[in-house]
Amino acid sequence: MTEPLVYELSSPGRIGVSLPELDVDPATLPPSLLREDLPLPELSESDVVRHFLRLSQMNFAVDKGFYPLGSCTMKYNPKVNEDAARLPGFGFVHPLQDPETAQGCLALMHQLQLWLCEISGMAAVSLQPSAGAQGELTGVLIMRAYHHARGESDRRRMLIPNSAHGTNPASVAMAGMEAVEVPSDRHGNVDLEALHTLCDGTVAGLMLTNPNTLGLFEENILDVAEAVHSCGGLLYGDGANLNALLGVVRPGDLGFDLMHFNLHKTFSTPHGGGGPGSGPVGVSEKLADFLPSPVVKILEEGGEEEPPLFGLTTPAQSIGRMRAFHGNFGILVRAYVYIRMLGAAGLRRVSENAVLNANYLRALLKDTYTIPYARNCMHEFVAEGRFADAPGIGAIDIAKRLMDYGMHPPTVMFPLIVHDALMIEPTETESKQMLDAFADAMKKIAAEARANPELLHEAPHNAPVGRLDEVRAAKQPVLTRRA
Amino acid sequence: MNIPKDLRYTKTDEWIRVEGGEATMGISDYAQSQLSDIVYVEVLPKAGDVLVKGKPVASVESVKAASEVYLPAGGSVIKVNAALSATPELVNKDPYGEGWMVKITLADPAEINALMDPKTYEAYCAGRQH
Repeated sequence: MTEPLVYELSSPGRIGVSLPELDVDPATLPPSLLREDLPLPELSESDVVRHFLRLSQMNFAVDKGFYPLGSCTMKYNPKVNEDAARLPGFGFVHPLQDPETAQGCLALMHQLQLWLCEISGMAAVSLQPSAGAQGELTGVLIMRAYHHARGESDRRRMLIPNSAHGTNPASVAMAGMEAVEVPSDRHGNVDLEALHTLCDGTVAGLMLTNPNTLGLFEENILDVAEAVHSCGGLLYGDGANLNALLGVVRPGDLGFDLMHFNLHKTFSTPHGGGGPGSGPVGVSEKLADFLPSPVVKILEEGGEEEPPLFGLTTPAQSIGRMRAFHGNFGILVRAYVYIRMLGAAGLRRVSENAVLNANYLRALLKDTYTIPYARNCMHEFVAEGRFADAPGIGAIDIAKRLMDYGMHPPTVMFPLIVHDALMIEPTETESKQMLDAFADAMKKIAAEARANPELLHEAPHNAPVGRLDEVRAAKQPVLTRRA
Repeated sequence: MNIPKDLRYTKTDEWIRVEGGEATMGISDYAQSQLSDIVYVEVLPKAGDVLVKGKPVASVESVKAASEVYLPAGGSVIKVNAALSATPELVNKDPYGEGWMVKITLADPAEINALMDPKTYEAYCAGRQH
């Protein structure tokens, strides 16, 4: 990498800003708070701008190229979202100001809660959780509180299919419960027979991602819901893959009792280094009292001329706060704008095109790459990144080589139930030309794997840094600026 | 794939070697090759601990995945492989030798009979290749 650190660009005495002369008395700090040295870099404004622009140019982003990172839904984020989030009434609001002076913000949050209910078939929503995994933890804590309130505190086992996201068992462990793995059957669905043997009075619930991480719709979903409910458990929906279902199927109608949304995935807000996440949680009627606080409610109905009065409330048996203040508000604004711009029909087209694009790519690649579970996929699919006649080539080599073709690699090595998994999610915002270009690159790489495997082993060749030594990075991490 | 004839195997890819009333266990060659480069091994119990079959005895992290290792048969721990914390790559290099994890006194030698023999385990691994 050629870009020096900002400290290395520093030149003693250089300053970036000329301040006007003081026209007030200087404030004095207590001597105990003063220090002699403060080793911050000294640079001009242009040094700083160029440094960070160069760094940004080394980065890969969805604004720069194709980004088929499976299960991450790296769709294009419309710039109108950014315009709205920067409106002074949204951008300069303070979380501690009197709610009566932030009615527009609360009205937006209230409307977003209602829309998420309508999209998901849930009865109530809290916008508080900051990201998907925090949404999961919130959901697990709600399930725990629900069982506890019914005097069933010994329900401590959470069933998790082996096609789930790794965050599911982590969230369960964090809530002090026990994760129990449920195997998949040969079609990629939850193994119903195994599920039935696991369902008993110790089960708190089951966490299901639908479509699952293979990009497959859980065909037995109604039977899964029935099995979990009949033993007294709750069905949790991991909304990571909601981009496949908008306006087509509502999780609430499938039997899910609660779920989280990834606003940063499905509802087009920047993520993956581009911005904070947002993981609202939706619940059915019987769980609404357990939602984290605050929830936005109408305190006084409005009249013909008068808008309603919105306020922040705490549900009766709330699990409490999951973070400070009211969620990642700027992200809520972006998601609101996205839903508003598309409308109900537009949201349905999002999912239809996401599924169409994934199936188109799957069809283009299925003769070159092994795609286990040969079914129509939803918004993503998983291919094997290995070839019988190219020993030594794995998913990592293919992923690294894709960078040389100017594309972000798919998610690799996940889910674990596929060998050398390449999890490909094109999203609905890519053109046919881009999908064709990606398929061409993947086919070229497959040919290179046989003809010139070293090209793959040594990739990437065109990226700002070459192949990283992942083993050494894990075993001997250097976590300071100077070793 | 190296599957020694004198060991027994589990569905979760541990092996166990019985010598008299004592047994040594670790993870199989198949398991280490699936995990690829192992960068961290934490052996959980210490000498003297009494554990039942199926208890987690180690967690293994590779550049690809993190995985739990379970005890194939119950017993009391005689010794754990302390070398693995500094040199986890021993599990990759020599899974059945220097990469061993825990040595126990078997509580019930009959538990070994319930485990897979090498032939069954070989078929079990082959069945997971696709």
